[in-house]
Amino acid sequence: MSYRAGEYDVIVIGAGHAGCEAALAAARMGCETLLLTINLDMVAFMYCNPSIGGPAKGHVVREIDALGGEMGRNTDKTFIQMRMLNTAKGPAVHALRAQADKFLYQHTMKQTIEGQERLTLRQGLVEDLIIEDGVCVGVVTKTGAEYGAKSVVLTTGTYLRGKVILGELMYESGPNNQQPAVKLSESLKRNGFQLARLKTGTPPRVHEDSIDFSKTEIQPGDDKPKYFSYETEYMAHSEDQIPCWLTYTSEKSHQIINDNLYRAPMFSGLIEGTGPRYCPSIEDKIVRFADKPKHQIFLEPEGRNTKEYYVQGLSTSMPEEVQVDILRSIPGLEKVEMMRPGYAIEYDAVVPTQLWPSLETKLVTNLFTAGQINGTSGYEEAAGQGIIAGINAARKVQGAEPVIIERSRGYIGVMIDDLVTKGTNEPYRLLTSRAEYRLLLRHDNADLRMTPLGHEIGLISEARYEKFVEKKNLVEAEIERLKETRFRPDEAVQAMLEAAGSSLLNNSVDGLTLLRRPELTYAHLETLNPSPITLSEDVKEQVEIQVKYTGYIEKQQIQVDRMERMEKKRIPDNIDYDIIYGLATEAKQRLSKIRPLSIGQASRISGVNPADLSILLVHLEHYNRVTAASHSS
Amino acid sequence: MKEDTIAAIATALGEGSIAVVRVSGENAIETVAKLFKSKHDLRDVASHTVQYGWIVDPNNELVLDEVLVTVMKGPRTFTAENVVEISTHGGIVAVKSVLELVLRHGARLAEPGEFTKRAFLNGRIDLAQAEAVIDLIRSKSDRAFQVARKQAEGALSKQIIPMRQHLIELIAHVEVNIDYPEHDVEDITTDFIRSNCGSVLKQVNELLIKSNEGKILREGIVTVIVGRPNAGKSSLLNALARDNKAIVTDIPGTTRDIVEESVSLSGIPLRLLDTAGIRETSDKVEQIGVERSHDALNDADLILLVLNHHEALHEDERKLIEQLKDRPTIVVVNKMDLPGHLEIAEVEQTFTKDQIVFLSAKEGNGIDELEKAVSGLFFSGAVESGDITYVSNARHISLLHQTKQSLEDAIGATYEGVPIDLIQIDITSSWESLGQILGEAAGDSLLDQIFSQFCLGK
Repeated sequence: MSYRAGEYDVIVIGAGHAGCEAALAAARMGCETLLLTINLDMVAFMYCNPSIGGPAKGHVVREIDALGGEMGRNTDKTFIQMRMLNTAKGPAVHALRAQADKFLYQHTMKQTIEGQERLTLRQGLVEDLIIEDGVCVGVVTKTGAEYGAKSVVLTTGTYLRGKVILGELMYESGPNNQQPAVKLSESLKRNGFQLARLKTGTPPRVHEDSIDFSKTEIQPGDDKPKYFSYETEYMAHSEDQIPCWLTYTSEKSHQIINDNLYRAPMFSGLIEGTGPRYCPSIEDKIVRFADKPKHQIFLEPEGRNTKEYYVQGLSTSMPEEVQVDILRSIPGLEKVEMMRPGYAIEYDAVVPTQLWPSLETKLVTNLFTAGQINGTSGYEEAAGQGIIAGINAARKVQGAEPVIIERSRGYIGVMIDDLVTKGTNEPYRLLTSRAEYRLLLRHDNADLRMTPLGHEIGLISEARYEKFVEKKNLVEAEIERLKETRFRPDEAVQAMLEAAGSSLLNNSVDGLTLLRRPELTYAHLETLNPSPITLSEDVKEQVEIQVKYTGYIEKQQIQVDRMERMEKKRIPDNIDYDIIYGLATEAKQRLSKIRPLSIGQASRISGVNPADLSILLVHLEHYNRVTAASHSS
Repeated sequence: MKEDTIAAIATALGEGSIAVVRVSGENAIETVAKLFKSKHDLRDVASHTVQYGWIVDPNNELVLDEVLVTVMKGPRTFTAENVVEISTHGGIVAVKSVLELVLRHGARLAEPGEFTKRAFLNGRIDLAQAEAVIDLIRSKSDRAFQVARKQAEGALSKQIIPMRQHLIELIAHVEVNIDYPEHDVEDITTDFIRSNCGSVLKQVNELLIKSNEGKILREGIVTVIVGRPNAGKSSLLNALARDNKAIVTDIPGTTRDIVEESVSLSGIPLRLLDTAGIRETSDKVEQIGVERSHDALNDADLILLVLNHHEALHEDERKLIEQLKDRPTIVVVNKMDLPGHLEIAEVEQTFTKDQIVFLSAKEGNGIDELEKAVSGLFFSGAVESGDITYVSNARHISLLHQTKQSLEDAIGATYEGVPIDLIQIDITSSWESLGQILGEAAGDSLLDQIFSQFCLGK
């Protein structure tokens, strides 16, 4: 029996990291929103690392925050350790990484969701989509509740036809023994979606009291941590951080693994899904890199009120008893108590080339997907897609154009463009090397890149926006002031230069020239010639980066401008590639499948070569002129 | 729409008294102005006027050619963009060096059919011509692709591939340091970057030096010398090479049983391939050689069929004549110094008189006739792919220059304390420039490299 249970603008299915961002964004943009989850106790649960951020991923968290999302704020409220990575490298790759209190993280997120106006959080296992004439208009749960919606966002994580594998053991399950979503997967298939089978895994967890930390190296957080959110000013728990610990596998560990390889599902053929190369299981690492004598193992506390430690580096699907043996062969873990075993999980994902860059599916109108269902891996990747899917689901309801982040504007844009244009044959992880304009997509300027957009679509408050504009103006004014400020070869200047190990001046120079010297910082100039108005550290940092790396930044900007011309050449949706004269067969097939929105996107499709693009351009010009002529006549 | 500036040779390559390099795009005038010495600065001259002067390499003040330069400002031009046409002396050397210089100073080599494409997109070509424009792009691209594919197997590619591999390993190392900062992969040092970039730079420089000497590329019209054993193929090859026309005699990477020489006949670059003699045989080793000869024939742009004046036509030769009747072929009747037994009349039934030359390779008589026949065939358009091969070489050279520039920038940055993720930008550019030389064969393999080179993951 089914019953009509409610009408919403937007329904989000799954309350993981993608679903939470999607639901919050839609509700904050004014949509009546329903967030459905299989288990209300698992909202924003971290099934793997209790960790958020790092290179590219941390950049995404900042972008989410700058757009008005929640992940950054929630991490700031709940971290037990914060570190800035890559500080010895350039500003573009500085990356913030937090260890979160896993339980506080989910509780805090759940509170935020519960307190959000226009957002309803409810437990329910969705088994079917209601689709009328190719348009998604609602969902049905296992208990028979039918909800009507103007748009629906699927963020099902690893739940779709999930299967846990552990040694010879294999059973249908979502992550961490949650219920899997089997019927929803069938519903997608029935509606024509091509599904892929992917695999991921997690390591065992161990008891703190059974670890001999004296045999490991301490990995503390930063003394003065930075925060993810541009809005966070100070968090008292910054003074009370918990360290991680580093140890290594031993020769004995490798021996145990090699002796038991025949029981590893990876090699026995039990696992059919494709696992990620960047997150291999320990058995995979030992087989593929046989000559590496030891592998790093990080011991990460899962929270303040738990004794559980996450054993990073030991993702495995070996049988339970073998996992215990492996753990106990590691220095510091000789007497370790394993609390939960690691496992591998296989799940269904939607082949992401079936999506528009808005994350709406091409097959079913008003249906969006985000997160692991799109073939990605990682909380940050999920949340980054979640906020975009939520925004676009809301904009669809409101009759507005979708928001598409360009590759030159953010890692979120790089990720979505990669997914919908190239697809992926393994769980997709963001890496800074995936971004061709890495220097422009910095951690420090995510607000400059995203906040105006966040404001425009209604996710950034007036007050926050005004603060942002003020910062932006201060940065510009200070750069202008330095440009106008002359530094003469007088005693004070020469003394400063000498102390900084910089060559002395012969003639007077402007402040920008001086700041571009590699050995000088903004602080050096400030001692001689401080700004007449007090500037925040953020402003100073921004001035320094923008001035110091002008040459490289301009070089990339030229490339961006060149690419932008291609992105601006739009391709009409109703184009029929099959009838385009002269286009190669392979190009026709690829273009018909991906249906790129612009020549720029078309140029990134493999199998579409420059001659095909030229022909497409000639065709579009022909089409435009014919259309214009028919309009005028 | 402001597009980048493109350049190409606009005239058919060959013996005409002038050749034209056409430059089109927003910066066409500035680009050429930097290279042009004259009474007038090109930036100041009136549109649609012709200037007399010299093309000079600004780096070393070397005069490349005495030229006439036509300046035409958009939109009243073929492409509706700013267009400059440089008329150089005819032949191949002058126009090629001018094109290379223009490409080194801000212009990009036009894609096949790109001038026409721009003309169309900018409304200068009638709508009805759209299909014709597409045909042009398609046919030129397909031919360029075929040439590129041939070159991908060539000697240059064999040298570029290991250089690229060297660079990608370096980039992968930088990327791992950035994306996995806590991983136990050693931090890359600027010394390491400098020495590695330096060693690739050295190889790029060597290639560029060779290219200046005209030695680098197995360029030119692929010309296969074919005939029965002892018809005198090798002596013909030697005669051509000896006759002071050889550009190069040592081509690395020749692993087949095919001897190669590059020679220039009337300024037309030929890649001469001497094949194993073609005949029916049961000897296995010889069979392989014969098969290769047949493959070479299929790939040839021009075929020199050598017949022995001293002997009657053999069955194998009749088969060859039949096989070659629709191919660009010149019949060389060799050994004219010996008494004749060959049935010339029979040969003349298949080939025109212009296609048949008589000579004695041994005595060196008649080589001039052969030269005339080759250029006749070439300039009549029967032999075609030469200009594409040839222009793609200009493109290679400009890409090698870009590679050099990027590597020098990267090395320079290591001395200035620039962070590795910024140095990487230049290393990656150099890797990409080398990749463009390889074309489609290059592939996008950074992530593959990272994950096969390093053991990563949580």
